[in-house]
Amino acid sequence: MKLNHESIEINAGLMIVLIMLAISIGGLVEVVPLYYIEDTVEKVDGVRPYTPLEQRGRDIFIREGCYTCHSQMIRPFRDEDMRYGHYSLAAESQYDHPFQWGSKRTGPDLARVGGKYSNAWHVKHLNNPRSVVPESIMPNYPWLLETELDYSDIAARMRALKAVGVPYSETDDEYQANVEKFGKEVAGMLDINNAERNLIVQAEAGNYDKDPGSVTEMDALIAYLQVLGTMVDFSKYDEGYFAEFR
Amino acid sequence: MADQSQHKAVQTTGHAWDGDLQEFNNPLPRWWLWTFYATVVFAIVYWIIYPAWPVGKNFTKGLATTTFVNSDGREVTMHWNTRAEFIRDMQSGEEALKQKAYLEKVAGASYEEILDDPDMMAFTQSLAKVLFADNCAACHGLGGTPAEVGNFPNLRDDAWLWGGSIARIEQTIRKGRLGYMPSFGKVLSNEEIEALAHYVLSLPGGHDVDKGLVARGNKLYHSEQAGCYYCHTNSGEGLYSQGAADHTDQVWTVADVNAADSAAEKVERVKSVIRNGIQRRMPAWEDRLGDEEIKLLTVYVHGLGGGQ
Ligand code: HEC
Ligand code: HEC
Ligand code: HEC
Repeated sequence: MKLNHESIEINAGLMIVLIMLAISIGGLVEVVPLYYIEDTVEKVDGVRPYTPLEQRGRDIFIREGCYTCHSQMIRPFRDEDMRYGHYSLAAESQYDHPFQWGSKRTGPDLARVGGKYSNAWHVKHLNNPRSVVPESIMPNYPWLLETELDYSDIAARMRALKAVGVPYSETDDEYQANVEKFGKEVAGMLDINNAERNLIVQAEAGNYDKDPGSVTEMDALIAYLQVLGTMVDFSKYDEGYFAEFR
Repeated sequence: MADQSQHKAVQTTGHAWDGDLQEFNNPLPRWWLWTFYATVVFAIVYWIIYPAWPVGKNFTKGLATTTFVNSDGREVTMHWNTRAEFIRDMQSGEEALKQKAYLEKVAGASYEEILDDPDMMAFTQSLAKVLFADNCAACHGLGGTPAEVGNFPNLRDDAWLWGGSIARIEQTIRKGRLGYMPSFGKVLSNEEIEALAHYVLSLPGGHDVDKGLVARGNKLYHSEQAGCYYCHTNSGEGLYSQGAADHTDQVWTVADVNAADSAAEKVERVKSVIRNGIQRRMPAWEDRLGDEEIKLLTVYVHGLGGGQ
């Protein structure tokens, strides 16, 4: 069969295959090289995978569809820097599966919201945003405070993330490698065998929702929000350092 | 029906549907074709000038360059990229320079000079208003008055928990504050707390209180057992060093007394504060905001209400 105008136009199957091929080229040449270009992910200290509690908070963030209104990607523009802080690095979302960059900003960007507000503010705000920001159009999430966090499957969730490359540890060797890379304290939090205990300890120590008795979904979500954008100490790096990677 | 004969010279695609339905195979219009070639040329020029093609573990960096000054004062020239462009824009972009001229003026001036200079004040007000909306309004409200009394203090009233002088406001913003009062629910009986509430309400005057309970509360307030006077002082005016509220004014920052619609409700609201204690955190901003930004905000907040 000759591949000419006519044969393509009268053969729907062939046409579909060729169209898919043509439009995938654009995506492939943009995405694939990022996997092997050396400088895609900046070399920077401090970025670690989420603790079990933060990871569950992240799951709730995704479940509640917070990303439909909030991006987590500060772009290198002057006005964004003045409003949100340092632009986001690829390194800062290297353990995010899926990442939450987004481009839809009904609400503000959340990439550096960690530490900006108190836990008490987050509780009030998530429960009813208008109790603190009268003009807000963000929905109420009252069930977060009432729902006990289900962490029975936390080990399985961490194993799933491990399968896609997040360095949670299961064997002793993996644990030792994490001690080497992140230090003893962080490595302990990344150990799948202790996931449940670590989660409870962090929730009780942080007491994010001011209800010491139980671990709620609110605890987890706030633990996640409070760590966003706080891992890298930018004062340690030259202005131009991160530009070298682009 | 158009006259088909004039198309005689035009080729058809060669196939026919329904017996006689044919399709012309017209060449693309000239202007379209040339535009297309122009985009191809544009792409090639773009590839040469800007970062474009992956090569092994690296990529072509392009001929364009960007120059900016690094943290150590060294001038750096590197291949064009959005991050370098961003740094350059922050250092020497038109808007940035305009703002920087003012910011440097503000940074170099003392607080007295800023407060006395209408030009610097106008700049401070306009920039600080935006900073306040982005960073502070979620708690303190857009204009400095929070959505409701209780969780966050009003910055527009003339009452200060931590002090309204420039130096103390700057300290508050820079380091943050923890407004802490212990809970007395387990230490004092309900009657004692009731008496204390009557006494506290009697201090500013104008509230319905029971004379006998006020006397009892007065004694307790100044006793070692309750120890209210440690933080709120003997006169009840409060201590800036503790962030302890002034009980002698009509401003209520935690117990929303002014919104209560009965005398009993007022007492209940004060009692609830004494019973449960207070823990309110004002975050520290020195790691998030620059020195100039904190300076601007200090002047702004000072001007909101009763700066001392
Ligand atoms: C319908 C869109 C919408 C959704 C969905 C939404 N938000 Fe928001 N969010 C907003 C808007 C608008 C604001 C700004 C006003 C305010 O502070 O409430 C905001 C503000 C915030 C802020 C404060 C950001 C800042 O820097 O001031 C946080 C934190 C936040 N949202 C978290 C969440 C979380 C967590 C969820 C999911 C549980 C969520 N939002 C879902 C619209 C939304
Ligand atoms: C997470 C909520 C929150 C945010 C955001 C916040 N504050 Fe506060 N702020 C508080 C609380 C709570 C207090 C009261 C602390 C206390 O109870 O003693 C306070 C107290 C203050 C005071 C002292 C008031 C007094 O009477 O002495 C000043 C001044 C102040 N804030 C300014 C700011 C500025 C400026 C910003 C923005 C850069 C800001 N705040 C952002 C919660 C917040
Ligand atoms: C450790 C210091 C401390 C002690 C002791 C203390 N307080 Fe307080 N109190 C505070 C602080 C600080 C605030 C303001 C809290 C804030 O701004 O977050 C406050 C606020 C209050 C308020 C709310 C005022 C308002 O404007 O809403 C009442 C009422 C009160 N105190 C009563 C008492 C009584 C009665 C006692 C004694 C039983 C007492 N306090 C003991 C520190 C203390």
